Amino acid sequence: MSETGTRRLRVHRFKRGDGGAHFDEFVVPAGPRTTVLDALRWIQLHADPSLALRHSCMHASCGTCGVQVDGQEELACVARLGDHRGDPVTVEPLANVPVLTDLVVDMADFFRRFGDRHPVLRASEAVAGAQPPDGLDRFVRLEDCIECGLCLSACPVAATSARYAGPAALSAAQRLLEEPRGADRDDVLAWAGRPEGAWRCHVGMECTRACPADALPAERIMALRRELGGREAGARP
Amino acid sequence: MAQARYDEHVLIVGGGGTGGALAHDLALRGLRVTLVERGELTSGTTGRHHGLLHSGGRYAVSDRESATECIEENRILRRICPGTLETNDGLFVAVEEEDLAYLEPFVEGCAACGIPTQRLTGAEALRLEPNLNPAVLAAVRVPDATMDGWRMPLRFFATARHNGAEIRTYTAVEGLLVHDHHVSGAALRDHVTGRCGEVRADVVVNATGPWSERVAAMAGVEVPIRPSPGVLVAVRGRLCNMVLNRLHKSGDGDIIVPQRALSVVGTSSWVVDDPDELGVPEDHVERMYAEGAKLVPAVRDTPMRAAWSAARPLIGARSAGDSGRELSRTFKTFDHRETDGVEGFVTITGGKGTTLRAMAEVCADVVCRKLGIDEPCRTRETVLLPHEAYYRAAA
Repeated sequence: MSETGTRRLRVHRFKRGDGGAHFDEFVVPAGPRTTVLDALRWIQLHADPSLALRHSCMHASCGTCGVQVDGQEELACVARLGDHRGDPVTVEPLANVPVLTDLVVDMADFFRRFGDRHPVLRASEAVAGAQPPDGLDRFVRLEDCIECGLCLSACPVAATSARYAGPAALSAAQRLLEEPRGADRDDVLAWAGRPEGAWRCHVGMECTRACPADALPAERIMALRRELGGREAGARP
Repeated sequence: MAQARYDEHVLIVGGGGTGGALAHDLALRGLRVTLVERGELTSGTTGRHHGLLHSGGRYAVSDRESATECIEENRILRRICPGTLETNDGLFVAVEEEDLAYLEPFVEGCAACGIPTQRLTGAEALRLEPNLNPAVLAAVRVPDATMDGWRMPLRFFATARHNGAEIRTYTAVEGLLVHDHHVSGAALRDHVTGRCGEVRADVVVNATGPWSERVAAMAGVEVPIRPSPGVLVAVRGRLCNMVLNRLHKSGDGDIIVPQRALSVVGTSSWVVDDPDELGVPEDHVERMYAEGAKLVPAVRDTPMRAAWSAARPLIGARSAGDSGRELSRTFKTFDHRETDGVEGFVTITGGKGTTLRAMAEVCADVVCRKLGIDEPCRTRETVLLPHEAYYRAAA
């Protein structure tokens, strides 16, 4: 990171069995390209090695480093400090999932919301004019959704109901209707039509705004509802 | 969750791909396994790599040992990791006349290493990948693929956990328990609770990649590791479906790996002393754009999503050259009883994401031999659980 100045960071801290949560403040070097993750790793290396956070790929593809920066859900690896005006900039764990420690949330709670099938490999869009090589039926690629939990954290309905399936899981169900990959359409619709399913969404669109992978969760929930509506003659349970 | 069949306990330090594959291998052989990682899994080198599942083509001319390892593991991972790989193959592309001089040695090298190839004309290559540099002269198709640097290794951790391995993240090794040239465990700090403690084990395995020199020093031994970072740049948009490589001797910015809705251009190569302090040199980012655009001109005008560095754990003395390119990509297991007279301590390092399973197999063989346990490796045939099973195991 090119160090043209410093910024103040206010970071959520929590250690199990060590009293309640609190915030610690740090001053970190910051240049024009410094990300929130750069700043947090600088704290780990130079100020407080006990700070726990999640990160892996550094390029918004794994989905591990989701946090709230000044109240906005972001992937720390691509969130630039310079895009946040807070002084200090406040960094907190994602909401609507249990916090394990500091900035680390328990993603088991995120994954338990999904239906039984949750394939991550899909047909790839064709680059204009491309044809697959001999022996390959079609190009494949990993799903857009990186299972980061930002949508769930931003969702106002998830904030009031731990049972709500939430945007990521419902989007995955809608993707199965688009591209079944062996899934049974009726099973998917029955799952999505449960009381804690697609009808609980209040269409606040916060999930789509938060999504760092342009996976369009809110639009997919609306598409699910249209499918369910077709099946249930528009009747909302 | 399965129970271990043996009482022997192995402590693995490091939650990267190698540690995960080793935990899986040893758990399948019936040993008790604990793995500790100071941060999140794959937060060191593994998660940050470009996502290329090598066919071995990249090393077929200069480093046939690595190339042969790659093609064997490529075939095995396709079998045991279905559903987590973008299996679209790869092209080695000649875009300048001088690249053509590399074509015959490349095809011969691939043949010698067992890597299947298909020669394509420039026009044929453009039909597969229309965004290729229209000046493409020729291409060679190889079985490269894209892996997910988080989800693919997570399947090893998930399966290990279901087979009884204990995976402890946010747990830092503060020191090794060493008495009379014998390592018997580690002093740990748990960053979830802030508490300290010890874990004892019959064998401690150092699987910390570019950090392995640092962990080995805790046992008073040296391992010859050169942390060699490379810069990678992810641009927005999927510019290709196949892995695109420049057909020439490995150099900077000569690979484009499509990954989800991104295209990752890599890499550069230099060496550092401290794998925690890599930085992202601005001129390397510019070089990724300039070189990447020679393969796919659209790279030049595609907005950047992220630029980052990852440190390869290359085996070599500190006196070796300073670009890192001259060092082999192969891996090595050090039984420190044999190299340093220290019992109970093994280091596995070098290698690459593609060869994680093979590294684990070789290391697990060493560990089992030390413990007098006669169990075969079963990881070649065992299809891994899906990545999210890692979290379902925790429930």
